[in-house]
Amino acid sequence: MGCNKKALVALIGSVLMVGATQVNAEPTATMLANTCAGCHGTEGKSVGPASPNLAGISKAYFIDSMNGFKNDERPGTIMNRIAKGYSEAQIDAMAAYFAGLPVYKAEVPHDAAKAKMGAEVYDKSCAKCHDENGALPDDDAGILAGQWLPFLEYSMADFQGGHREMPKKMKKQVEKLSDDEIAAVLNYFASQK
Amino acid sequence: MANFTRRKFIQVAGGAAAISTLGFPAIVGAAGGKKVVVVGGGVGGATAAKYIRMADSSIDVTLIEPNTEYYTCFMSNEVLSGHRKMESIKVTYDGLKGHGVNVVHDTVTDIDAAGKKVMTAGGQTFEFDRCVVAPGISFQDNIEGYDAAAMEKMPHAWKAGEQTVLLRKQLEAMPDGGVVAIAAPPNPFRCPPGPYERACQIGMYLQAHKPKSKLIIMDAKDKFSKMGLFKQAFERYYKGTIEWVGASDGGKVTRVDAATNTLYVGDTAHKVDVANVIPAQKAAAIAEKAGLTNDAGWCPIDGRSFESSMQPGVHVIGDASVASPLPKSGYAANSEAKVCAAAIVELLNGREPGDPALVNTCYSVVGPNDAISVAMVYDLQDGKLGKVSGSGGLTPSDSSPEMRSREVQYAYSWFENIKNDSWG
Ligand SMILES: Cc1cc2nc3c(=O)[nH]c(=O)nc-3n(C[C@H](O)[C@H](O)[C@H](O)COP(=O)(O)OP(=O)(O)OC[C@H]3O[C@@H](n4cnc5c(N)ncnc54)[C@H](O)[C@@H]3O)c2cc1C
Repeated sequence: MGCNKKALVALIGSVLMVGATQVNAEPTATMLANTCAGCHGTEGKSVGPASPNLAGISKAYFIDSMNGFKNDERPGTIMNRIAKGYSEAQIDAMAAYFAGLPVYKAEVPHDAAKAKMGAEVYDKSCAKCHDENGALPDDDAGILAGQWLPFLEYSMADFQGGHREMPKKMKKQVEKLSDDEIAAVLNYFASQK
Repeated sequence: MANFTRRKFIQVAGGAAAISTLGFPAIVGAAGGKKVVVVGGGVGGATAAKYIRMADSSIDVTLIEPNTEYYTCFMSNEVLSGHRKMESIKVTYDGLKGHGVNVVHDTVTDIDAAGKKVMTAGGQTFEFDRCVVAPGISFQDNIEGYDAAAMEKMPHAWKAGEQTVLLRKQLEAMPDGGVVAIAAPPNPFRCPPGPYERACQIGMYLQAHKPKSKLIIMDAKDKFSKMGLFKQAFERYYKGTIEWVGASDGGKVTRVDAATNTLYVGDTAHKVDVANVIPAQKAAAIAEKAGLTNDAGWCPIDGRSFESSMQPGVHVIGDASVASPLPKSGYAANSEAKVCAAAIVELLNGREPGDPALVNTCYSVVGPNDAISVAMVYDLQDGKLGKVSGSGGLTPSDSSPEMRSREVQYAYSWFENIKNDSWG
């Protein structure tokens, strides 16, 4: 390591000045994200049956979700209690970490017949916003492909029950669908590999 | 200079050379070697071994654990209710081998912290630069007559495996109309909500198969974890089946007679059909042998790295450590292991450990389609582990049946993920 003493002394001088205004050292993004793995799987790859995969989800969606939980605008079981433990900067760091991982689609048990029917529902009602069968992080809508079925069902129940706000376009589409069609399309998303 | 943190300082100054100039000789000395020995392959030890390898595959990691398969305590209460088979709580060490962990099945008999060596019953010696000790718990002699032989008659089932099977068999063999007693331990102990979740699980079994039977929890305490929520569950599902007796009402078991299945509170005798006696606890024997324990029998640590405050170079995680306010839980052990792993990787690479971040979540399945939870986020505050204010807490007592049934699903999700995150 080419670290000579003079350069080091110079560095220390500047660090001391920075140090004086430094309030808190932050845990690294990996350290923060590792606390999620107990429930969401190592590196955000959940092995189910209900916790969503976090690997590859968009930064914006992650931040939005955490803030939703934090402010009790999105229903949850324990996530509302956990999200309150992280600062904006920490949530940002975790978001960047998960967004940096490749999208993970789990092997999700699902109803194949329903999934088949769901393909049509998807094309007709969802494809416009949830690109690539719900596998595209860039649409900032959360990754639906290969997501655990109970999680998809809970999310939809919250949307339909008015506990979680739906974007206007989504609301319009969802209201047109029957219960069977909704069940079908959720199975379709779960079946994506 | 109050706001000046050592870590930031070193991060910017950069590298091992900088540290030596600044005077952290202990760190530099370690930079030459990269051998870690992990004692115990439970949640804590397995996670630490895996995460060290994930962060730095140049580090040589040996995990020493006597058993070739491990049964998780978490969800073992569902084995007692019959909702689950032993097979589903079993994990092996194949996953860790896949991460390049050298898994040795042997029992550690001593740890020489100064000489940096671990000795085993099989006569092997392992040298280390850093040692992680995660041996779990052992029992204290707080109940007269509860010796090794009594354990075979009045199983504690507080280490999953044969004891779990034994207790399940006793429940199956019990006639309808029988009485089951759970003697709950004093604080601190492994899994604070555990005895009460167990009561609910056994309660489900009794109601379905032996409805005339009763379960009594004889407690060495007057208060317990998630008490309001558990009492709500006792009232909701187990009225007339489960009764809880606190210490001041005569619940504190002081003596047992295994031959007659009798529990004594002072001179008062309670003869029961099945006795699940959970004694007071302390760190596992090897921790004491290695000089890692304080007067209370637990291992004090530094919250940044989980390095022992008593034996430098040796780190203690999981139930054996004093990581309060984190509870002695599987999630906590897993979270502590990652902090410890990251710190060891930094230290072995000549850097100062960063700030830790930890979480705990504990689910208890208390009835058909009904689970409750406690959660908390932790960090380092003025050099000590602390709860992040505003975070965490319990399932609200008025949460809807829909949310309670979701908690069951999330409990099972957690179970699959924690197993995989630790041993997979
Ligand atoms: C009934 C019950 C239910 C529970 N439910 C939950 C739950 O729902 N959620 C939760 O988070 N936690 C739960 N827990 C708690 C959880 O099981 C413990 O907190 C966790 O196992 C602690 O991990 P550990 O690594 O410290 O110890 P352990 O998992 O006990 O592992 C210790 C390992 O060290 C080995 N060992 C011991 N001595 C030596 C030696 N000398 N040499 C080599 N190896 C050695 C042992 O064989 C063992 O494999 C529950 C516990 C119980 C009893």
